Amino acid sequence: MTVEELVQSRREWLRNDGPDSEIVVSSRIRLARNAAAFPFIAKLSDDEKKRVIELLRKAVRKTTFGQNCSLFFMDELGGLERKLLVECHLISRELAEGEGPRCAMISPNGHFSLMFIEEDHLRMQCIKSGFCLQEVWREMNDLDTQIEKNLVYAWNQELGYLTACPTNVGTGMRVSVMLHLPALALTRQFNKVHNSLQKISLIVRGLYGEGSHAWGDFYQISNQVTLGLSEEEILSQVHDVVRAVIGYEKKARDFLLEENREKLEAGLEECLKSIRAAKTISAQETLKCLSAIRLGINLGLLSDISLDVVNQLMLQIQPAYLQWIYGGVESSLDASEFRAQYLRKYLLGIWNED
Amino acid sequence: MKQTKCRIEMKCQKCDKKATMHITDLVGSKPVELHLCAEHAQEYLAQTENGMSPVGGNMASALAAQMAQQMAFSKVSDEFSKSDQETCPVCGLTFFEFRANSRLGCPEDYQTFRKQLTPLLMNIHGECRHTGKRPSCFGEEDARKLTALIGYRREMSEAIETESYEKAGMLRDKIRKLESEAGIE
Ligand SMILES: [Zn+2]
Ligand SMILES: [Zn+2]
Repeated sequence: MTVEELVQSRREWLRNDGPDSEIVVSSRIRLARNAAAFPFIAKLSDDEKKRVIELLRKAVRKTTFGQNCSLFFMDELGGLERKLLVECHLISRELAEGEGPRCAMISPNGHFSLMFIEEDHLRMQCIKSGFCLQEVWREMNDLDTQIEKNLVYAWNQELGYLTACPTNVGTGMRVSVMLHLPALALTRQFNKVHNSLQKISLIVRGLYGEGSHAWGDFYQISNQVTLGLSEEEILSQVHDVVRAVIGYEKKARDFLLEENREKLEAGLEECLKSIRAAKTISAQETLKCLSAIRLGINLGLLSDISLDVVNQLMLQIQPAYLQWIYGGVESSLDASEFRAQYLRKYLLGIWNED
Repeated sequence: MKQTKCRIEMKCQKCDKKATMHITDLVGSKPVELHLCAEHAQEYLAQTENGMSPVGGNMASALAAQMAQQMAFSKVSDEFSKSDQETCPVCGLTFFEFRANSRLGCPEDYQTFRKQLTPLLMNIHGECRHTGKRPSCFGEEDARKLTALIGYRREMSEAIETESYEKAGMLRDKIRKLESEAGIE
Protein backbone atom coordinates (compact mmCIF):
# COMPACT_ATOMS: atom_id res chain seq x y z
CA MET A 1 0.00 0.00 0.00
CA THR A 2 1.24 3.50 -0.79
CA VAL A 3 0.76 6.54 1.42
CA GLU A 4 -1.79 7.89 -1.03
CA GLU A 5 -3.78 4.69 -0.96
CA LEU A 6 -3.72 4.72 2.81
CA VAL A 7 -4.91 8.31 2.94
CA GLN A 8 -7.52 7.74 0.28
CA SER A 9 -8.97 4.59 1.72
CA ARG A 10 -11.74 5.42 4.10
CA ARG A 11 -10.07 4.67 7.33
CA GLU A 12 -12.10 2.81 9.87
CA TRP A 13 -11.65 5.18 12.73
CA LEU A 14 -13.20 8.01 10.75
CA ARG A 15 -16.38 6.10 10.21
CA ASN A 16 -18.07 7.49 13.21
CA ASP A 17 -19.89 4.32 14.02
CA GLY A 18 -18.28 3.51 17.36
CA PRO A 19 -20.09 3.75 20.71
CA ASP A 20 -20.99 7.32 21.79
CA SER A 21 -19.57 8.61 18.55
CA GLU A 22 -21.82 11.65 18.61
CA ILE A 23 -19.50 12.94 21.33
CA VAL A 24 -16.38 10.79 21.29
CA VAL A 25 -14.46 11.05 18.02
CA SER A 26 -11.82 8.45 18.78
CA SER A 27 -10.18 6.28 21.44
CA ARG A 28 -6.45 5.83 21.23
CA ILE A 29 -3.79 3.96 23.18
CA ARG A 30 -0.08 4.35 22.73
CA LEU A 31 2.66 2.14 24.18
CA ALA A 32 6.36 3.04 24.41
CA ARG A 33 8.89 0.20 24.30
CA ASN A 34 12.64 -0.23 23.87
CA ALA A 35 14.86 -3.16 22.95
CA ALA A 36 17.09 -4.07 25.90
CA ALA A 37 20.18 -4.69 23.77
CA PHE A 38 20.58 -1.16 22.42
CA PRO A 39 20.98 2.34 23.83
CA PHE A 40 18.02 4.72 23.76
CA ILE A 41 17.77 7.06 20.78
CA ALA A 42 20.04 9.76 22.28
CA LYS A 43 22.99 7.35 22.26
CA LEU A 44 22.07 5.33 19.19
CA SER A 45 24.29 5.63 16.09
CA ASP A 46 22.77 5.50 12.61
CA ASP A 47 24.19 2.01 12.11
CA GLU A 48 22.62 0.87 15.33
CA LYS A 49 19.31 2.48 14.35
CA LYS A 50 19.30 0.26 11.26
CA ARG A 51 19.98 -2.78 13.42
CA VAL A 52 17.19 -1.87 15.83
CA ILE A 53 14.80 -1.39 12.91
CA GLU A 54 15.72 -4.85 11.60
CA LEU A 55 15.29 -6.38 15.04
CA LEU A 56 11.86 -4.78 15.45
CA ARG A 57 10.77 -5.68 11.94
CA LYS A 58 11.68 -9.29 12.55
CA ALA A 59 9.78 -9.35 15.83
CA VAL A 60 6.72 -7.64 14.36
CA ARG A 61 6.67 -9.69 11.17
CA LYS A 62 6.00 -12.83 13.19
CA THR A 63 2.83 -11.36 14.69
CA THR A 64 -0.64 -11.55 13.18
CA PHE A 65 -0.48 -7.78 12.69
CA GLY A 66 2.83 -7.87 10.87
CA GLN A 67 1.59 -9.95 7.98
CA ASN A 68 -0.49 -7.38 6.18
CA CYS A 69 0.75 -3.95 7.15
CA SER A 70 2.84 -1.57 5.09
CA LEU A 71 6.32 -0.42 5.98
CA PHE A 72 7.42 3.14 5.21
CA PHE A 73 10.99 4.34 5.60
CA MET A 74 10.80 8.06 6.29
CA ASP A 75 13.82 8.80 4.11
CA GLU A 76 12.15 7.16 1.15
CA LEU A 77 9.02 9.28 1.42
CA GLY A 78 8.63 12.79 0.10
CA GLY A 79 7.96 15.66 2.47
CA LEU A 80 4.34 15.86 1.37
CA GLU A 81 3.72 12.17 2.03
CA ARG A 82 5.17 12.47 5.49
CA LYS A 83 2.99 15.48 6.22
CA LEU A 84 -0.08 13.61 4.99
CA LEU A 85 0.62 10.78 7.40
CA VAL A 86 0.98 13.30 10.23
CA GLU A 87 -2.26 15.07 9.34
CA CYS A 88 -4.06 11.73 9.36
CA HIS A 89 -2.67 10.95 12.85
CA LEU A 90 -0.88 7.90 11.48
CA ILE A 91 2.60 9.04 12.49
CA SER A 92 3.91 11.72 14.83
CA ARG A 93 5.42 14.99 13.76
CA GLU A 94 8.55 13.95 15.61
CA LEU A 95 8.94 10.88 13.39
CA ALA A 96 8.16 12.81 10.21
CA GLU A 97 10.62 15.57 10.92
CA GLY A 98 13.34 13.51 12.60
CA GLU A 99 16.72 12.57 11.23
CA GLY A 100 18.46 9.31 10.44
CA PRO A 101 16.95 5.88 9.81
CA ARG A 102 13.36 5.62 11.07
CA CYS A 103 10.17 4.07 9.81
CA ALA A 104 6.51 3.32 10.37
CA MET A 105 4.40 0.17 9.93
CA ILE A 106 0.74 0.91 9.35
CA SER A 107 -2.21 -1.47 9.07
CA PRO A 108 -4.41 -1.05 5.96
CA ASN A 109 -7.38 0.21 7.99
CA GLY A 110 -5.21 2.65 9.96
CA HIS A 111 -6.13 1.09 13.30
CA PHE A 112 -2.55 0.30 14.13
CA SER A 113 0.56 2.24 13.48
CA LEU A 114 3.98 1.34 14.79
CA MET A 115 6.79 3.86 14.71
CA PHE A 116 10.39 2.66 14.87
CA ILE A 117 13.06 5.06 16.17
CA GLU A 118 10.83 7.82 17.42
CA GLU A 119 11.41 9.07 20.97
CA ASP A 120 11.70 5.40 21.92
CA HIS A 121 12.74 2.45 19.74
CA LEU A 122 9.11 1.46 19.38
CA ARG A 123 5.97 3.53 19.70
CA MET A 124 2.79 1.65 18.88
CA GLN A 125 -0.64 3.12 18.66
CA CYS A 126 -4.09 1.67 18.21
CA ILE A 127 -6.92 4.05 17.39
CA LYS A 128 -10.61 3.42 16.81
CA SER A 129 -13.75 5.38 16.22
CA GLY A 130 -15.97 6.18 19.20
CA PHE A 131 -15.59 5.40 22.87
CA CYS A 132 -14.14 1.90 23.04
CA LEU A 133 -11.09 1.93 25.28
CA GLN A 134 -11.44 -1.68 26.39
CA GLU A 135 -11.52 -2.96 22.84
CA VAL A 136 -8.57 -0.78 21.84
CA TRP A 137 -6.61 -1.95 24.87
CA ARG A 138 -7.40 -5.61 24.17
CA GLU A 139 -5.97 -5.30 20.67
CA MET A 140 -3.00 -3.17 21.67
CA ASN A 141 -2.14 -5.48 24.54
CA ASP A 142 -2.43 -8.53 22.33
CA LEU A 143 -0.01 -7.10 19.78
CA ASP A 144 2.43 -6.09 22.53
CA THR A 145 2.29 -9.61 24.00
CA GLN A 146 2.96 -11.13 20.60
CA ILE A 147 5.94 -8.86 20.00
CA GLU A 148 7.50 -9.52 23.40
CA LYS A 149 7.67 -13.23 22.55
CA ASN A 150 10.20 -12.32 19.87
CA LEU A 151 12.01 -9.42 21.50
CA VAL A 152 13.57 -8.68 24.88
CA TYR A 153 12.22 -5.35 26.05
CA ALA A 154 14.06 -3.02 28.40
CA TRP A 155 12.16 -3.85 31.57
CA ASN A 156 12.70 -4.28 35.27
CA GLN A 157 10.55 -5.27 38.23
CA GLU A 158 10.77 -1.94 39.98
CA LEU A 159 10.12 0.50 37.16
CA GLY A 160 8.45 -1.62 34.50
CA TYR A 161 9.06 -0.70 30.87
CA LEU A 162 12.09 1.57 30.68
CA THR A 163 11.71 4.55 28.38
CA ALA A 164 13.99 7.29 27.10
CA CYS A 165 12.05 9.90 29.05
CA PRO A 166 11.09 9.27 32.69
CA THR A 167 7.63 10.72 31.97
CA ASN A 168 6.71 7.47 30.20
CA VAL A 169 8.37 4.86 32.39
CA GLY A 170 6.27 2.10 33.97
CA THR A 171 3.43 1.11 31.70
CA GLY A 172 4.69 3.29 28.84
CA MET A 173 1.02 3.81 28.17
CA ARG A 174 -0.79 6.94 27.07
CA VAL A 175 -4.56 6.67 26.74
CA SER A 176 -6.21 9.50 24.80
CA VAL A 177 -9.85 10.10 24.07
CA MET A 178 -10.81 12.79 21.60
CA LEU A 179 -14.10 14.46 22.41
CA HIS A 180 -16.29 16.97 20.66
CA LEU A 181 -17.78 19.23 23.33
CA PRO A 182 -19.53 22.11 21.60
CA ALA A 183 -22.50 22.29 23.97
CA LEU A 184 -20.32 22.54 27.07
CA ALA A 185 -18.41 25.32 25.37
CA LEU A 186 -21.58 27.13 24.28
CA THR A 187 -23.13 26.93 27.73
CA ARG A 188 -19.83 27.89 29.35
CA GLN A 189 -19.78 24.86 31.59
CA PHE A 190 -16.26 23.77 30.95
CA ASN A 191 -15.52 23.90 34.63
CA LYS A 192 -17.53 20.69 34.96
CA VAL A 193 -14.96 18.90 32.88
CA HIS A 194 -12.19 20.22 35.04
CA ASN A 195 -13.98 19.33 38.23
CA SER A 196 -14.19 15.75 37.13
CA LEU A 197 -10.49 15.73 36.39
CA GLN A 198 -9.55 17.00 39.80
CA LYS A 199 -8.90 13.85 41.68
CA ILE A 200 -6.56 12.35 39.19
CA SER A 201 -3.79 13.55 36.98
CA LEU A 202 -5.40 13.72 33.62
CA ILE A 203 -4.79 16.30 30.98
CA VAL A 204 -7.25 18.08 28.76
CA ARG A 205 -5.92 19.62 25.63
CA GLY A 206 -7.52 21.47 22.81
CA LEU A 207 -6.94 19.91 19.46
CA TYR A 208 -6.45 21.32 16.01
CA GLY A 209 -4.85 24.60 16.58
CA GLU A 210 -1.54 26.09 15.80
CA GLY A 211 -1.02 28.44 18.68
CA SER A 212 -2.48 27.93 22.10
CA HIS A 213 -6.12 27.80 21.08
CA ALA A 214 -8.51 24.95 20.61
CA TRP A 215 -10.47 25.19 17.41
CA GLY A 216 -13.86 23.67 16.92
CA ASP A 217 -14.35 22.45 20.49
CA PHE A 218 -12.36 19.26 20.03
CA TYR A 219 -10.60 18.19 23.19
CA GLN A 220 -8.37 15.36 24.18
CA ILE A 221 -8.38 13.76 27.62
CA SER A 222 -5.35 11.66 28.45
CA ASN A 223 -3.51 10.22 31.41
CA GLN A 224 -0.38 11.80 32.70
CA VAL A 225 0.80 9.16 35.15
CA THR A 226 2.37 6.01 33.72
CA LEU A 227 4.06 4.65 36.84
CA GLY A 228 2.45 3.16 39.95
CA LEU A 229 -0.87 2.37 38.33
CA SER A 230 -1.67 -0.74 36.33
CA GLU A 231 -2.88 -0.46 32.75
CA GLU A 232 -6.38 -1.37 33.86
CA GLU A 233 -6.35 1.31 36.56
CA ILE A 234 -5.23 3.96 34.09
CA LEU A 235 -7.92 2.84 31.66
CA SER A 236 -10.65 2.95 34.24
CA GLN A 237 -9.60 6.42 35.45
CA VAL A 238 -9.77 7.80 31.94
CA HIS A 239 -12.94 5.85 31.25
CA ASP A 240 -14.76 7.21 34.29
CA VAL A 241 -13.85 10.79 33.57
CA VAL A 242 -14.83 10.53 29.92
CA ARG A 243 -18.09 8.87 30.90
CA ALA A 244 -18.87 11.78 33.23
CA VAL A 245 -17.95 14.35 30.60
CA ILE A 246 -20.19 12.62 28.05
CA GLY A 247 -23.01 12.94 30.57
CA TYR A 248 -22.42 16.68 31.00
CA GLU A 249 -22.22 17.27 27.28
CA LYS A 250 -25.45 15.35 26.70
CA LYS A 251 -27.25 17.42 29.35
CA ALA A 252 -25.89 20.62 27.86
CA ARG A 253 -27.09 19.51 24.42
CA ASP A 254 -30.57 18.78 25.76
CA PHE A 255 -30.62 22.17 27.39
CA LEU A 256 -29.56 23.89 24.17
CA LEU A 257 -32.25 22.09 22.18
CA GLU A 258 -34.93 23.06 24.61
CA GLU A 259 -33.92 26.61 25.36
CA ASN A 260 -31.91 27.76 22.41
CA ARG A 261 -33.09 25.85 19.40
CA GLU A 262 -33.78 28.90 17.27
CA LYS A 263 -30.45 30.44 18.08
CA LEU A 264 -28.73 27.18 17.17
CA GLU A 265 -30.57 26.95 13.89
CA ALA A 266 -29.76 30.53 13.04
CA GLY A 267 -26.09 29.95 13.84
CA LEU A 268 -26.02 26.88 11.65
CA GLU A 269 -27.64 28.74 8.76
CA GLU A 270 -25.04 31.47 9.18
CA CYS A 271 -22.30 28.87 9.03
CA LEU A 272 -23.55 27.25 5.84
CA LYS A 273 -24.07 30.66 4.29
CA SER A 274 -20.52 31.69 4.99
CA ILE A 275 -19.16 28.48 3.49
CA ARG A 276 -21.34 28.99 0.44
CA ALA A 277 -20.08 32.52 -0.05
CA ALA A 278 -16.48 32.30 1.08
CA LYS A 279 -13.73 32.72 -1.48
CA THR A 280 -11.18 31.98 1.22
CA ILE A 281 -11.54 30.37 4.60
CA SER A 282 -9.00 29.73 7.34
CA ALA A 283 -8.53 26.35 9.02
CA GLN A 284 -9.69 27.89 12.27
CA GLU A 285 -12.91 29.25 10.78
CA THR A 286 -13.49 25.93 9.04
CA LEU A 287 -13.20 23.93 12.22
CA LYS A 288 -15.61 26.31 13.91
CA CYS A 289 -18.10 25.68 11.11
CA LEU A 290 -17.53 21.93 11.08
CA SER A 291 -18.05 21.86 14.83
CA ALA A 292 -21.38 23.67 14.51
CA ILE A 293 -22.42 21.38 11.66
CA ARG A 294 -21.42 18.28 13.60
CA LEU A 295 -23.51 19.46 16.53
CA GLY A 296 -26.37 20.28 14.18
CA ILE A 297 -26.34 16.78 12.73
CA ASN A 298 -26.20 15.19 16.19
CA LEU A 299 -29.11 17.26 17.41
CA GLY A 300 -31.18 16.41 14.36
CA LEU A 301 -31.16 19.97 13.04
CA LEU A 302 -29.40 18.97 9.85
CA SER A 303 -30.10 15.84 7.90
CA ASP A 304 -28.61 16.22 4.46
CA ILE A 305 -24.98 16.09 5.60
CA SER A 306 -23.49 12.92 7.07
CA LEU A 307 -21.19 12.77 10.07
CA ASP A 308 -18.74 10.73 8.02
CA VAL A 309 -18.25 13.63 5.66
CA VAL A 310 -17.69 16.03 8.53
CA ASN A 311 -15.12 13.73 10.13
CA GLN A 312 -13.27 13.32 6.85
CA LEU A 313 -13.28 17.04 6.24
CA MET A 314 -11.67 17.68 9.61
CA LEU A 315 -8.59 15.99 8.21
CA GLN A 316 -8.92 17.10 4.63
CA ILE A 317 -8.91 20.82 5.23
CA GLN A 318 -5.30 20.63 6.41
CA PRO A 319 -2.49 22.04 4.26
CA ALA A 320 -0.79 18.83 3.10
CA TYR A 321 -4.04 17.25 2.05
CA LEU A 322 -5.03 20.33 0.06
CA GLN A 323 -1.59 20.40 -1.52
CA TRP A 324 -1.99 16.76 -2.47
CA ILE A 325 -5.41 17.35 -4.07
CA TYR A 326 -4.76 20.66 -5.77
CA GLY A 327 -0.98 21.03 -5.95
CA GLY A 328 0.62 24.45 -5.95
CA VAL A 329 -0.34 25.44 -2.44
CA GLU A 330 2.45 27.87 -1.78
CA SER A 331 1.00 30.19 0.79
CA SER A 332 -1.63 30.08 3.48
CA LEU A 333 -3.73 32.26 1.18
CA ASP A 334 -3.62 29.54 -1.49
CA ALA A 335 -4.60 27.01 1.13
CA SER A 336 -7.51 29.22 2.22
CA GLU A 337 -8.79 29.43 -1.35
CA PHE A 338 -8.54 25.73 -1.99
CA ARG A 339 -10.07 25.01 1.39
CA ALA A 340 -13.11 27.14 0.54
CA GLN A 341 -13.45 25.40 -2.81
CA TYR A 342 -13.11 21.96 -1.26
CA LEU A 343 -15.71 22.66 1.42
CA ARG A 344 -18.25 23.90 -1.12
CA LYS A 345 -17.77 20.73 -3.12
CA TYR A 346 -17.84 18.12 -0.43
CA LEU A 347 -20.01 19.73 2.18
CA LEU A 348 -22.60 21.50 0.08
CA GLY A 349 -22.29 19.65 -3.20
CA ILE A 350 -21.65 22.84 -5.16
CA TRP A 351 -19.42 21.53 -7.92
CA ASN A 352 -19.49 23.85 -10.86
CA GLU A 353 -18.84 27.32 -9.60
CA ASP A 354 -15.17 27.82 -10.20
CA MET B 1 0.42 -8.06 46.96
CA LYS B 2 0.69 -4.65 48.53
CA GLN B 3 3.47 -2.37 47.43
CA THR B 4 4.85 0.34 49.62
CA LYS B 5 3.77 3.62 48.14
CA CYS B 6 5.68 6.76 48.80
CA ARG B 7 3.41 9.57 47.77
CA ILE B 8 4.63 13.13 48.05
CA GLU B 9 1.95 15.77 48.31
CA MET B 10 2.41 18.69 45.98
CA LYS B 11 1.28 22.13 46.93
CA CYS B 12 -0.69 24.53 44.77
CA GLN B 13 1.55 27.10 43.12
CA LYS B 14 -0.74 29.92 44.14
CA CYS B 15 -1.71 28.97 47.68
CA ASP B 16 -1.02 26.44 50.41
CA LYS B 17 -3.63 23.89 49.52
CA LYS B 18 -2.91 20.52 47.99
CA ALA B 19 -2.42 20.59 44.22
CA THR B 20 -4.99 18.33 42.65
CA MET B 21 -4.78 19.56 39.07
CA HIS B 22 -1.72 19.12 36.95
CA ILE B 23 -1.92 21.07 33.77
CA THR B 24 0.66 21.22 31.05
CA ASP B 25 0.28 24.18 28.81
CA LEU B 26 2.07 24.90 25.61
CA VAL B 27 2.30 28.59 24.99
CA GLY B 28 4.02 28.97 21.68
CA SER B 29 6.62 26.28 21.82
CA LYS B 30 7.35 26.70 25.50
CA PRO B 31 5.76 24.17 27.82
CA VAL B 32 4.63 25.29 31.25
CA GLU B 33 3.46 22.92 33.90
CA LEU B 34 1.05 24.11 36.54
CA HIS B 35 0.20 22.40 39.78
CA LEU B 36 -2.91 23.96 41.22
CA CYS B 37 -5.59 23.39 43.81
CA ALA B 38 -9.17 22.96 42.63
CA GLU B 39 -10.02 26.62 43.06
CA HIS B 40 -6.99 28.07 41.37
CA ALA B 41 -7.25 25.52 38.61
CA GLN B 42 -10.78 26.63 37.91
CA GLU B 43 -9.74 30.23 37.90
CA TYR B 44 -6.90 29.48 35.55
CA LEU B 45 -8.96 27.35 33.22
CA ALA B 46 -11.80 29.86 33.15
CA GLN B 47 -9.38 32.38 31.68
CA THR B 48 -8.53 30.05 28.88
CA GLU B 49 -11.88 28.38 28.57
CA ASN B 50 -12.49 29.05 24.93
CA GLY B 51 -8.97 28.56 23.82
CA MET B 52 -8.15 25.75 26.15
CA SER B 53 -4.60 24.81 26.74
CA PRO B 54 -2.02 23.33 24.58
CA VAL B 55 -2.21 22.18 21.07
CA GLY B 56 0.13 20.57 18.67
CA GLY B 57 2.78 19.72 21.20
CA ASN B 58 3.81 16.39 22.45
CA MET B 59 2.87 16.06 26.07
CA ALA B 60 5.79 13.95 27.05
CA SER B 61 8.29 16.36 25.62
CA ALA B 62 6.48 19.24 27.25
CA LEU B 63 6.75 17.49 30.57
CA ALA B 64 10.32 16.61 29.96
CA ALA B 65 11.27 20.16 29.21
CA GLN B 66 9.45 21.27 32.32
CA MET B 67 11.27 18.66 34.28
CA ALA B 68 14.63 19.86 33.09
CA GLN B 69 13.63 23.37 33.97
CA GLN B 70 12.50 22.31 37.39
CA MET B 71 15.80 20.66 38.01
CA ALA B 72 17.63 23.72 36.85
CA PHE B 73 15.83 26.04 39.22
CA SER B 74 14.77 23.99 42.17
CA LYS B 75 16.49 23.92 45.53
CA VAL B 76 18.05 20.63 44.66
CA SER B 77 19.80 22.15 41.69
CA ASP B 78 23.03 22.49 43.63
CA GLU B 79 22.96 18.86 44.46
CA PHE B 80 22.10 18.05 40.87
CA SER B 81 24.93 20.07 39.46
CA LYS B 82 27.29 18.15 41.70
CA SER B 83 26.00 15.08 39.89
CA ASP B 84 26.65 16.57 36.47
CA GLN B 85 29.88 14.68 35.97
CA GLU B 86 28.42 11.33 36.99
CA THR B 87 28.54 9.04 34.01
CA CYS B 88 26.65 5.88 33.09
CA PRO B 89 29.23 3.09 32.83
CA VAL B 90 27.19 1.38 30.12
CA CYS B 91 26.30 4.09 27.59
CA GLY B 92 28.51 6.96 28.73
CA LEU B 93 25.69 9.47 29.27
CA THR B 94 26.51 12.12 31.85
CA PHE B 95 23.90 13.47 34.21
CA PHE B 96 24.57 16.86 32.67
CA GLU B 97 23.51 15.53 29.27
CA PHE B 98 20.29 14.25 30.78
CA ARG B 99 19.61 17.58 32.42
CA ALA B 100 20.18 19.36 29.12
CA ASN B 101 18.05 17.09 26.93
CA SER B 102 15.70 15.31 29.36
CA ARG B 103 16.45 12.06 27.59
CA LEU B 104 18.23 9.10 29.08
CA GLY B 105 20.88 7.18 27.17
CA CYS B 106 20.18 3.55 28.06
CA PRO B 107 18.14 1.32 30.39
CA GLU B 108 21.02 1.21 32.89
CA ASP B 109 20.66 4.97 33.51
CA TYR B 110 17.67 4.33 35.74
CA GLN B 111 20.08 2.47 38.03
CA THR B 112 23.05 4.81 37.59
CA PHE B 113 21.07 7.96 38.33
CA ARG B 114 18.63 6.36 40.70
CA LYS B 115 19.31 8.86 43.47
CA GLN B 116 18.50 11.82 41.24
CA LEU B 117 15.66 10.21 39.32
CA THR B 118 13.60 9.00 42.27
CA PRO B 119 12.40 12.48 43.37
CA LEU B 120 11.70 13.32 39.74
CA LEU B 121 9.60 10.20 39.26
CA MET B 122 7.72 11.03 42.45
CA ASN B 123 7.02 14.49 41.11
CA ILE B 124 5.79 13.28 37.76
CA HIS B 125 3.94 10.13 38.76
CA GLY B 126 3.41 10.38 42.51
CA GLU B 127 4.72 6.83 42.77
CA CYS B 128 7.97 5.09 42.14
CA ARG B 129 7.00 1.45 41.71
CA HIS B 130 5.59 -0.23 38.63
CA THR B 131 2.47 -2.29 39.29
CA GLY B 132 1.33 -3.00 35.73
CA LYS B 133 2.06 -5.49 32.98
CA ARG B 134 5.07 -7.74 33.08
CA PRO B 135 6.50 -9.45 30.00
CA SER B 136 5.57 -13.11 29.90
CA CYS B 137 8.60 -14.51 28.12
CA PHE B 138 11.65 -12.53 29.14
CA GLY B 139 12.25 -10.89 32.46
CA GLU B 140 14.62 -8.53 34.20
CA GLU B 141 17.60 -10.90 34.00
CA ASP B 142 17.29 -11.38 30.25
CA ALA B 143 17.04 -7.64 29.77
CA ARG B 144 20.03 -6.89 32.00
CA LYS B 145 22.18 -9.41 30.18
CA LEU B 146 21.42 -7.77 26.86
CA THR B 147 21.81 -4.23 28.14
CA ALA B 148 25.38 -5.14 29.11
CA LEU B 149 26.03 -5.45 25.36
CA ILE B 150 25.75 -1.68 25.07
CA GLY B 151 28.77 -1.32 27.35
CA TYR B 152 30.78 -4.05 25.60
CA ARG B 153 30.27 -2.39 22.23
CA ARG B 154 31.48 0.91 23.62
CA GLU B 155 34.52 -0.73 25.22
CA MET B 156 35.30 -2.45 21.95
CA SER B 157 35.35 0.74 19.92
CA GLU B 158 37.52 2.38 22.58
CA ALA B 159 39.88 -0.57 22.40
CA ILE B 160 40.09 -0.19 18.65
CA GLU B 161 40.78 3.53 18.98
CA THR B 162 43.64 2.91 21.36
CA GLU B 163 44.88 0.08 19.16
CA SER B 164 44.38 -2.53 21.87
CA TYR B 165 43.50 -5.10 19.25
CA GLU B 166 43.73 -8.12 21.47
CA LYS B 167 41.18 -6.68 23.88
CA ALA B 168 39.00 -5.57 20.99
CA GLY B 169 39.04 -9.07 19.56
CA MET B 170 37.99 -10.62 22.84
CA LEU B 171 35.18 -8.17 23.22
CA ARG B 172 34.07 -8.76 19.64
CA ASP B 173 33.77 -12.50 20.30
CA LYS B 174 31.85 -11.90 23.49
CA ILE B 175 29.47 -9.50 21.72
CA ARG B 176 28.93 -11.85 18.78
CA LYS B 177 28.11 -14.72 21.07
CA LEU B 178 25.58 -12.74 23.10
CA GLU B 179 24.04 -11.20 20.00
CA SER B 180 23.61 -14.47 18.16
CA GLU B 181 22.02 -16.02 21.24
CA ALA B 182 19.53 -13.16 21.23
CA GLY B 183 18.89 -13.36 17.50
CA ILE B 184 20.36 -9.91 16.81
CA GLU B 185 21.85 -9.51 13.34
ZN1 LIG C 1 -4.52 27.25 45.20
ZN1 LIG D 1 23.42 4.53 30.20
